[in-house]
This record gives sequence, structure tokens and C-alpha cells, in this order.
Amino acid sequence: MSRGMPIAVRVGAIDTVADDIKRFTLERPDGGALPLFSPGSHITVEIPVKGQVRRNPYSLMGGLDSERTYQISVLRVANSRGGSHHMHDAVAVGDVLHISEPANLFQQDSLARRHVLIAGGIGITPFLPMIERFSATFAPFELHYAVRSRGRAAYAQDLAGKLDGRLALYIDDEGGALNLPGILSGQPLGTHLYVCGPEGMIQAVQAAARAAGWEDEYVHSERFAAPPVGASFELKLARSAKTVTVAAGETILEAAERSGAEPLYLCRGGACGQCETAVIAHEGAIEHNDHYLTDEEKATNRKIMICVSRLVGRSLTIDI
Amino acid sequence: MTIKSRPLYADLKIDGTAKRHIIIVDSAGAASVLLLLSSAGPDVTRNVSLIHAGAAPGVPGSTDLAGLDCDIFVATPGTASALFHLDALLAKATMGTRIYVCGTEGLIGQTVALVQRHGVKPMSVRQQHCGSLKRRVQCVHCKGITEDVTARVAPCAHCGVPLFVRDHFSRRLGAFMGVSADAEEPGLLPPVEEAFP
Repeated sequence: MSRGMPIAVRVGAIDTVADDIKRFTLERPDGGALPLFSPGSHITVEIPVKGQVRRNPYSLMGGLDSERTYQISVLRVANSRGGSHHMHDAVAVGDVLHISEPANLFQQDSLARRHVLIAGGIGITPFLPMIERFSATFAPFELHYAVRSRGRAAYAQDLAGKLDGRLALYIDDEGGALNLPGILSGQPLGTHLYVCGPEGMIQAVQAAARAAGWEDEYVHSERFAAPPVGASFELKLARSAKTVTVAAGETILEAAERSGAEPLYLCRGGACGQCETAVIAHEGAIEHNDHYLTDEEKATNRKIMICVSRLVGRSLTIDI
Repeated sequence: MTIKSRPLYADLKIDGTAKRHIIIVDSAGAASVLLLLSSAGPDVTRNVSLIHAGAAPGVPGSTDLAGLDCDIFVATPGTASALFHLDALLAKATMGTRIYVCGTEGLIGQTVALVQRHGVKPMSVRQQHCGSLKRRVQCVHCKGITEDVTARVAPCAHCGVPLFVRDHFSRRLGAFMGVSADAEEPGLLPPVEEAFP
């Protein structure tokens, strides 16, 4: 494992903050201190589903200077592998969960002259502590928040009260839509752009930024891919000389962990690159679901991000 | 003798993805910028702000740069006034603007130092070195800056300490580091030779 010992936390509160979105407040059962985190950080939460363990990444919110509690927001995802359903339906106040230490793959540039934040749906979560930090340090920023419906607009009322004119809310089913060229034009030199939301939105923002002449170094994004469900296949771990079956709703990383191997990982969402693994042989087609490898690397099929990618076929041999 | 902070330079190219270009050049770089912009054509030059540091009648390039038909052209007598104009342009510049510097290392270093105060990353600045290798040196003892240093060992223009000029470069100051050359044995100096002609 690459994220230290799991931390046991008790669920102190569960609040419904929008349609299909619940906020979980987590604290140490002994009332002790949790590691401090920087805005943009996430944790992974161990979720038992059908005898397997999911480790889903969630952005940390609120309480930057509090060592007592963490908060995460969980969207119930339809047709998923069951992690978010378990969090919504089975987890109750008082339950003990195991989480990883925080890690930050979505850091802000402290030398920026201005920060432009673009959130889509549940992608609002990493921005809540960022806004707290920017407000405390008088850093200029603006938030553009796009949601499917008013009912899905978690934290929007709160934010509207705090941010005043710095918040623009776009409600899709009321006809609201992001005007990316408009948002990007006229931003002062030294502005940094941050986007968190669905894959299509991130790509649209990146394309709009390039079209407006922004260099990639000023555009930051975060999206954790939910590992897709697929058919089961045989996984051979060459170094540890083990063979396991990757179940339909399981990832290669989870299957390897179940066999006793301890591959490196960090985000478990195809973003960070930590779990990059060499492919030794594959009978079947590799389905690359990550945002880390380049298209060229994916085409060679010599590397795989085992947290989200899988095989359509019979057997995969990897260097673990 | 490579040191990580020692800047590396390449020939300038206009970045076609940018909407606006700010170019600062001294007389050593004038010929290169002249070539760059005259081949780029009016679609580019109408979006260029060009600042010439050290323009004067008879100085090579002065008339030609002025005749390039850039959207904004500023001729200044020297580096300090050129940087003052650059600062003003940067304060009003928007994202999508690319910054280019062409000339001696003193101009390059000070330009990179200035743009960082506007939130621009050093790697975003397109840099081409032209002309003399003379260096801008900060004395680590008195903190004074000595311009146009051509020898590996040269006296600080402020405190007089003989300085050994290192390759260690400060992006914040836009200057190389100079340290006392005879600290071990006062008076015992390595031979003075032209290292940065």
C-alpha cells in the first residue's frame, strides 16, 4: 500500500445537501486529531461491497484549520460498482469507516494573480476549501458552477451568500449554460484556471482555453474516473507468481490486493499515475480508462493504470 | 560545467496559439527580431507590442524596428526605461498574451524577473540570447548589482570586493551570483581573463 496505514473514522453526521448528494462528517472515534489537509486534497474511503473492498476517492471539504473533522460529499452514481450506493444506503451515523491519509493532486498556484474556478455538479467539492483559502488570503477569484438541475446544486445557496457577485450558477434544465469564451476572455495575465467535473466538461474547458491562447501550465483539472464495470478475466501477477480472476465489478488493483499483493497507488481514479504497471502479455484488448497515459502510450499497450483500466478478453499478465 | 539554474536559450518563434505578443529587445537582439517580425507578416504584427531598449539615432536596428508597423512600438533609451514600459503593458495584459525577450542576458534576466511579479511563469517567457555574453552579477556580500561583467573575476561596483562570477543564476533577481574571490587568502586572486566576451 502506498498511503500509509488506514485511519479509522466515525461517521459523526450525514446530511442530504442536494438530490442524490449526501455530506458525511468524519471524526476520529477517540476524538483525536486528523492530519491537516491543503485545499484540493482528497482521501480514499474503504467501502465493503459484496465481500470486496472498494477504495473510492473523495475530495475533502471544509474545516481547513480544524484537525477534528473531515467532510466529504458523495453523489449516488447510477449503474456504478456499488460504492456510492453503499455510502448512501448502508452507512449510518456512528459507523466506523477506514480512510487513507489526504493527498493533493489539485494544488493551486500561489503566485497566480487571479483564480477562475469552473465546477460541474459534484465537481464543486474540491473548490469549497479553495474558496475558503482564497477568501482568507484575499486572493482574487471567481466561481462558475454548472449543474443539471436546481435540486442538484449542492452548496449553491451557501456559496451565493458568501461569494456575492463572484459566483455564477448555470442550471442546465432552466436553460443556463457556461459561456466558456466569455469566461476566458479578458482575464488578466497570470490568471490560473481550475476545472473539476465530468470528463466532457473538462475537455471542453481545456479546448476553450487553448483556443483563447492559454498555455496548458495555467489550466488545472481534476476528475476521478469511476472504474467501469466489465466482464471478468484472468489476471496473472508475474512477479508474485499468482493468478486471480478479476470479477465483473472489480478492478485489477482490487483483485491484486485481494490476492495479497500491495501495488502502489494514490488516487484510484486514473489521474495520478502512481499505479502505472508494465503489461507483460495480454490475450484480449486492453481498455484504457485513465486520464494519465498519453494516447501514444495507450496505443502501445505496454503500460496499464490498474486502478481503472481493464481487459476485454481472456487473460492479462502484469509486472506485479 | 552545467548548473541547474543556468538558463538555456533557443531562437524565438512566434507562438501561433497566442492572441497577443509582447516583445522586448535590445540592440544586440534587434536584427533577430527584425527578421522574425518581417517574415511573420501583418496578421502577427497587428497584435504585437514591441519595446526597444537602447534605441538611438545611428544604433543598428533603431529605424528598422520602428518601421515594422507593430500595433504598439516603444523606443526607450535603455533597459531601465524599457522595463518600466514592459511593466505597464503587463499590468493591462490579458491571458493569451505571450512574452518574448531577445538580447543580452541582463535584459533577459530582468525581463523574466519582472514578468513573475505579474503571475507569469519563467518557462512561459520565450527567450533568445544575442550578442555579448556579459553578465549581470549580484554581489552576495553587499547585494549590489554590477552590470556588464565580462571577466570571471571582477570587482563589485559597490563594495569593491573582487568577485568570482558563478554560473548560479537567480531568476528572482535576473542576475548571476558573485562571491568573494579571495576569501581564503586575501589578495590571492585567480588570473583575470575574459570569460564572457
